[in-house]
Amino acid sequence: MEEKILEILEEICDDPIVREDKDLDLYDEDLLDSLGFVEMLVTIESELGIVIAPSEVTREDANTANKIIKLVESRA
Amino acid sequence: MSFFSGLPFWTALIVIAVCALANGLLEKSFKRFGIFVSVFIVTLVLSSDIKQLIYFAAYFIFELVIVKIYERLRKDKGRISWIYHLMLLASLLPLVLCKLTELKPLSEMDWFKFAGISYLTFRVAQIIIELYDGVIKEVRTPDFLAFLVFFPTFSCGPIDRSRRFSEDLNRTYKRNEYLELYGKGLEKIMLGLLYKYVLAEIFFKLMSLAVEAEGPAVQNPLFHFGIIVGYAYSYGLYMFFDFAGYSLMAIGTGYMLGIKVPDNFRQPFKSRDMKEFWERWHISLSEWFRDFLFSRFVMLSMRKKWFKNRLTSASLGFIINMGIMGVWHGLSINYIIYGLYHGVLLAITEIYQKKSKFYKKNKKKKWYIAVSWFITLNLVMFGFLIFSGNFTRVCFSV
Repeated sequence: MEEKILEILEEICDDPIVREDKDLDLYDEDLLDSLGFVEMLVTIESELGIVIAPSEVTREDANTANKIIKLVESRA
Repeated sequence: MSFFSGLPFWTALIVIAVCALANGLLEKSFKRFGIFVSVFIVTLVLSSDIKQLIYFAAYFIFELVIVKIYERLRKDKGRISWIYHLMLLASLLPLVLCKLTELKPLSEMDWFKFAGISYLTFRVAQIIIELYDGVIKEVRTPDFLAFLVFFPTFSCGPIDRSRRFSEDLNRTYKRNEYLELYGKGLEKIMLGLLYKYVLAEIFFKLMSLAVEAEGPAVQNPLFHFGIIVGYAYSYGLYMFFDFAGYSLMAIGTGYMLGIKVPDNFRQPFKSRDMKEFWERWHISLSEWFRDFLFSRFVMLSMRKKWFKNRLTSASLGFIINMGIMGVWHGLSINYIIYGLYHGVLLAITEIYQKKSKFYKKNKKKKWYIAVSWFITLNLVMFGFLIFSGNFTRVCFSV
């Protein structure tokens, strides 16, 4: 699961750094924005079958690779 | 009585602030107290025109019934999209009717016209949408009442979210924790007073000076241009201090009642691009639109593969999103153009930032940031000129 999410993130952020530093703030580093976040939700839904609504989590709850992994895993 | 102005309101607020402090020192819940004072203040404000009060009561009962019916249907039948869309439309109906009365043929009507309907509708719609998502399982009537009638944010926001609001509503604070919150609240109210009743007034005066400028010098095109720029800037700054000041007072009062109302403005004129501007300006509104319209439109278009390019769906998403935001402000040409203007600017920003090599190469350089900030500020001020109605009045003679 973790590997799959990292793959998705790497593709969307277009930067392998998301793997290296999983506590990096993706918004501060300009790696993720509203559009990227939405893309991520759609990809998670289509590839892992886990539905997360865009209003469900605040940015602070999903701004690092680790937090996103934890969030998705809590739904699996 | 009206919200955050005049002697009656401030007198009532001081009494409420003292009672709230006592309540907090005794470490009691704010739920009943908050509902009681909110119903009291909202009734007093709306009863200056008894029709408003009746419309609000009708609105409240109508929306409560809709929410309760949908809560039931969602539980019994699950995620059925046509039921969801029907109920969502029903919840928006009073606002739509109210907005329609702005059109000429219906200008005699006053359907559901009461101060606050525009902002309350966001809160109800959010509950319906999150019931569908399955994020909200049940809606308790006292919580729904407290959320809708909460007086500090009743007429102009900030637009809170029901889950967050309920969490605050149903907790009690330890004495020290509450005192800290209370202090922050007081500070926000003071700053809000300074913004709204001092700084906004100054810029309002400057704005009037620009409007009243006359004499032979006005014939000079350069001077005339200067006047327009001066008007746009002072109007923009007036709007900021007026609205941010009001929001601060609402937030501060919320804190005193144990509700951490979300912030609405974060130094918007520092923004370096239009996307950043909307993360700093009227935040609770733009985040509502982002979460409940923009994101959902883009997700739907990606799932259904409507467009080959993701940027196309994002661009269209921005234009629809901001266009509706414009219409929400009012059904007149200046608001609609204002919305579309921001939608197009956001779309251009998105495409530029994703595609331009020049941007990627220079975006962290000091000169680039300075230029980008200056352009953004002027685009923003031009937006306010459109919003003010004076641009469209001159251009379209309306």
